[in-house]
Amino acid sequence: MAQIFHRSTNTLSKVSIFGGAIFVVALVSALAAFNRSSFVTEVGVARGQPVPFSHKHHVGDDGIDCRYCHTSVEQSSFAGIPPTKTCMNCHSQIWADSPTLEPVRESFRTGKSIQWTRVHNLPGFVYFDHSIHVKKGVGCETCHGRVDQMPLTWRANSLYMEWCLECHRAPERFVRPREQVFNMDWQPPSDQLALGLKLMKEYNIKKLTSCSTCHR
Amino acid sequence: MKQETLDLAAIRTRLTQARGKEYWRSLEELAGTEAFQELLQQEFPRQASVWSNEVGRREFLKLMGASLALAGLSACGSPAPTDEKIVPYVRQPEETMLGKPMFFATAFTLLGGVASGLLVESHEGRPTKIEGNPNHPASLGSTDAMAQASILTLYDPDRSQAVNNAGRISTWNAFLTALNGELEGERLSGGAGLRILTETVTSPTLATQLGQFLAKFPKAKWHQYEPVNRDNVRAGARLAFGDYVNTYYRLDRADVILALDSDFLLHGPGSVRYARDFAARRKVRQGQTEMNRLYVVETTPSITGAMADHRLAFRPSEIASFVRSIASGLGISTGPTREGPHAQWIGALARDLKRHRGSSLVIAGDQQTAEVHALAHAMNQVLDNVGKTIICTDPVEASPLDQMASLRALVRDMEAGQVKILVMLGGNPVFTAPADLRFAEQLSSVGLRVHLGLYDDETSALCHWHIPETHYLESWSDTRAYDGTVTILQPLIAPLYDGKSAHELLAVLTGQPGVSSYDVVRNYWKQRSRSPDFELFWRTALHQGLIAGTAFPPKPVKLKSLEFFSQAAASSSVKAETRNPNSETQNTLEIIFRPDPTIFDGRFANNGWLQELPKPLTKLTWDNAVLVSPATAERLGLGHQIGTTGGEHGRIFADMVELRLAGRTLRSPVWITPGHADGCATVYFGYGRTRAGRVGTGTGFNTYAIRTSEALWHGAGLEIRKTSEQYPLACTQFHHNMEGRDLVRVASIEEYRKNPNWAQESSDPQKTEATLYPPHKYEGYAWGMAIDVNACIGCNACVVACQAENNIPVVGKNEVTRGREMHWLRVDRYYKGDLDSPETYHQPVPCMHCENAPCELVCPVGATNHSAEGLNDMVYNRCVGTRYCSNNCPYKVRRFNFLQYSDFTTPSLKLLRNPNVTVRSRGVMEKCTYCIQRINTAKIAAEKEDRQVRDGEVVTACQAACPAEAIVFGDINAPDSHVSKLKAESRNYALLTELNTRPRTTYLAKLRNPNPEIEKEERHGS
Repeated sequence: MAQIFHRSTNTLSKVSIFGGAIFVVALVSALAAFNRSSFVTEVGVARGQPVPFSHKHHVGDDGIDCRYCHTSVEQSSFAGIPPTKTCMNCHSQIWADSPTLEPVRESFRTGKSIQWTRVHNLPGFVYFDHSIHVKKGVGCETCHGRVDQMPLTWRANSLYMEWCLECHRAPERFVRPREQVFNMDWQPPSDQLALGLKLMKEYNIKKLTSCSTCHR
Repeated sequence: MKQETLDLAAIRTRLTQARGKEYWRSLEELAGTEAFQELLQQEFPRQASVWSNEVGRREFLKLMGASLALAGLSACGSPAPTDEKIVPYVRQPEETMLGKPMFFATAFTLLGGVASGLLVESHEGRPTKIEGNPNHPASLGSTDAMAQASILTLYDPDRSQAVNNAGRISTWNAFLTALNGELEGERLSGGAGLRILTETVTSPTLATQLGQFLAKFPKAKWHQYEPVNRDNVRAGARLAFGDYVNTYYRLDRADVILALDSDFLLHGPGSVRYARDFAARRKVRQGQTEMNRLYVVETTPSITGAMADHRLAFRPSEIASFVRSIASGLGISTGPTREGPHAQWIGALARDLKRHRGSSLVIAGDQQTAEVHALAHAMNQVLDNVGKTIICTDPVEASPLDQMASLRALVRDMEAGQVKILVMLGGNPVFTAPADLRFAEQLSSVGLRVHLGLYDDETSALCHWHIPETHYLESWSDTRAYDGTVTILQPLIAPLYDGKSAHELLAVLTGQPGVSSYDVVRNYWKQRSRSPDFELFWRTALHQGLIAGTAFPPKPVKLKSLEFFSQAAASSSVKAETRNPNSETQNTLEIIFRPDPTIFDGRFANNGWLQELPKPLTKLTWDNAVLVSPATAERLGLGHQIGTTGGEHGRIFADMVELRLAGRTLRSPVWITPGHADGCATVYFGYGRTRAGRVGTGTGFNTYAIRTSEALWHGAGLEIRKTSEQYPLACTQFHHNMEGRDLVRVASIEEYRKNPNWAQESSDPQKTEATLYPPHKYEGYAWGMAIDVNACIGCNACVVACQAENNIPVVGKNEVTRGREMHWLRVDRYYKGDLDSPETYHQPVPCMHCENAPCELVCPVGATNHSAEGLNDMVYNRCVGTRYCSNNCPYKVRRFNFLQYSDFTTPSLKLLRNPNVTVRSRGVMEKCTYCIQRINTAKIAAEKEDRQVRDGEVVTACQAACPAEAIVFGDINAPDSHVSKLKAESRNYALLTELNTRPRTTYLAKLRNPNPEIEKEERHGS
């Protein structure tokens, strides 16, 4: 009886079996990579704002403390976005005629809020509290990146759950002394793990990985 | 559809044969009908996923609109919708900290205008949750269900939103022009044609304004009417003391309490405080084994009756003579009394009361006649209780009067054509006025009719002008509590719909248009305050939620001579008998009118939370029904059946009956209520609204249609005729049946004293500790809850509080009939014993947060997990809706969003949501979280201060609301926490321990304190 399949079928079937497996793996990896790409996470993508507010200038050049504007970061879950009044504290005196700042002055005149574009937005179902993270020695920079080097603000981290868990599972890798929380320049020492473990003890930091720590 | 009629005779036989303690939850269960068995066989009726097309989706959404939960859920995939904006303040108000709620003190006014103090939680200017004010004497930090639900009314999208002139939208200024034009004419006649109709006024400021109005228009008249009024209480005080006197009770000092048809734990001024004081005397602990004793004589089963150690049910006409017998047993001469069948009961009661001179208390119900009230006063006097357990003061009302007479006078004037302008400040008299007054008809003779109200309701429809009223959370006012304490109401939010308050409308009438409520109230207190620094006085009063020292001082009262009672008694008993010759033989019944336990007089008809709240004893939702006793139902051949096919689980088909009373008829379904007095029927009013809004319109039956001014509360000559129709009722009684296990454990205080460990001994002997899973370790906190069933009064405040705190949606009647109500916390009700006078028990059931949680093991996607502190966490974004967890939960406390119950679209409801709790979508399982948001808040606060969470710092929503303080929550790892101490009590037991689930929620067993003399007699008799 003649062969039903041509000899080349052997090769073809091997190629398609292995090729198929490779394709599936490649597809999954590509999707995973896509999901972590800045196209999806918006990491590193600067956002346009009604007023081109520069953290680089205000924090980096002027040296204004984070808490001058984000007043409730040590007390509340929400760090706080400054009211127009805060801008006008200075800008009624300096750059008082700058056309760039007209939306700020207009807001102050009319009583209508400036509508900023949100840069850091947590996914749904997650509840985050700034105050406790600051209290436990998590630096602003740890999550928000070098804000003092951002002309327009962008997201420095994905805010994905795996990213949160990096720290929640091993806080010793990230915590810093409380007095360094607002320091943009702080560099982890070479013995960060030793420091981290010491701080965990001192600040009573636990590895909180229960669902209800963040989800409710 | 398979249906069976109840065989009450068979039930009786079964009960008489039953030995020991037999608990049952419904008549159907007891009868063991095939349909009920089938219901049980279908292991989990809630799971029926049948979408019958009776209610179209459009209709369903319409129905839900006003009451559904809603929210801003961002999609969970993309973390940053690119267009989301942050809108900060321009000038941030002082003390505002975004993300932290603020609390403001105000007060909620209900029955008779009497208030209870509140603290209202506000998130960035939106009031979201109501708590009690711990400083306020009527609250002490607790609330009732209606106060909890009142916040939903604030955001109700069906509230009237614009001035309405004869059906067309108009303006406030147009109204002022029209009103002033008419007032011009009245000025000449001194206001002879001017009438104002209000509800009961306790506000000192409003009363002063009304005084000014009457001074300006000397011939004008001010009428007051509320359908649930306290006329009889006032008349009783007059009869006893010759003057209006306000009485309130000190239940904390009462050892023996006799309630004469009084539901003092649920309704009425001070009920929240009474519940607190009453329950405090029932908190038996190791080393404290004394508790109070409650006798109740009533007609309709009430939650107060359910708490009774001895309860007798009588027809309304029998109560007065029974009370006279008790009074004569106490040595008050009340004319001839006949030896009744309860002579021994009365004798034992009288001896018990006499043994507790000065620490006993007789409470007459608001609906009882003036004579019964006067007798109660006399009994308290004889028992030396006045000034001890009962305090008399000046009246709380600004102008106490007979409201029925007041309304009647108004109607007479309208009929005579003397009323030119009628201004109605609140209320809905067209709907609530007694039918015989024909208020709506007479109203048409009034030249200018103005109605100020929260809703464009039945009354507004017949008025020329309707003015939207401000909700109490939107306006300034003041009010008095049951002891006279004044609270200044402060607004939590600017009026949502440009409403006006009664103060502002009265300011117009007194010639000061444009004056705000704030100015009126503040000026009033500026003149009254004796404080040198008014600003300090004002701010203190607002902050405290009350004005210190405004409680009325006790007033010395002198009872009229006791002979008076015997004369009054003789005449009234003659009257009663001529009017009501033995009703049984005439084949007519007596009728009892009562305000609905949840929607009250109808004002909450459009409040979905209260509509869906199961009534404390019948567990009916979304409807009212005629309540009759089993014996009466048997005699009249009435009943109800369960429909079990086609997704009708829990739907009860009740016989429709036609009620005939004095020529008026009404059709209503019937509900058999164990414990109801025979030969009479109770109807709740408040239902059958025609213009309530999309939630309330068309629910239930309008029993005001047969209520007359002669028989406001009780009447004779009721005929009940069975019709061939049946009516589906949504009842939660048949769901979540736990099948007769040892769930409520009850003993008498004597048995408890003899054997304190009885509750634990009665648990299953096969209790096993074995498990294949490694044990959990709790190094930090371990949260747990203890519920004292002995303190629980079954008032449902916890259920609504939970609903408000946790953004729980309302599902509507049809969904309830499928067993899909979403309440995270339910209050189970059990009956024990005899069908006609059973003992009734309540048991709140939240999630048990088991150590070995069956739900956690079966979730295929890890959406429910054990936390490090022992909570069963629920992760909504993981849940795919398999419902395995719910199937595997022996306590049936998990709730599934079968449909999109939460309202994501109505703008006003977005303001209502608790921002710290996810609003759940369709297809997601949810359940009690022990208020995880509150736990986390407290933990963060403690960590920030480098300390442990203090005992009592985490207060769950149910615990905070509970008037009886029956729910205690805390850390069971801390041995001296309140909850640990309760769990160490010998009365502590867990539900279904034989399953080795090891629940974190445990119960303290129920105790009764029967009078040994009566109990002996009862045992002997049976």
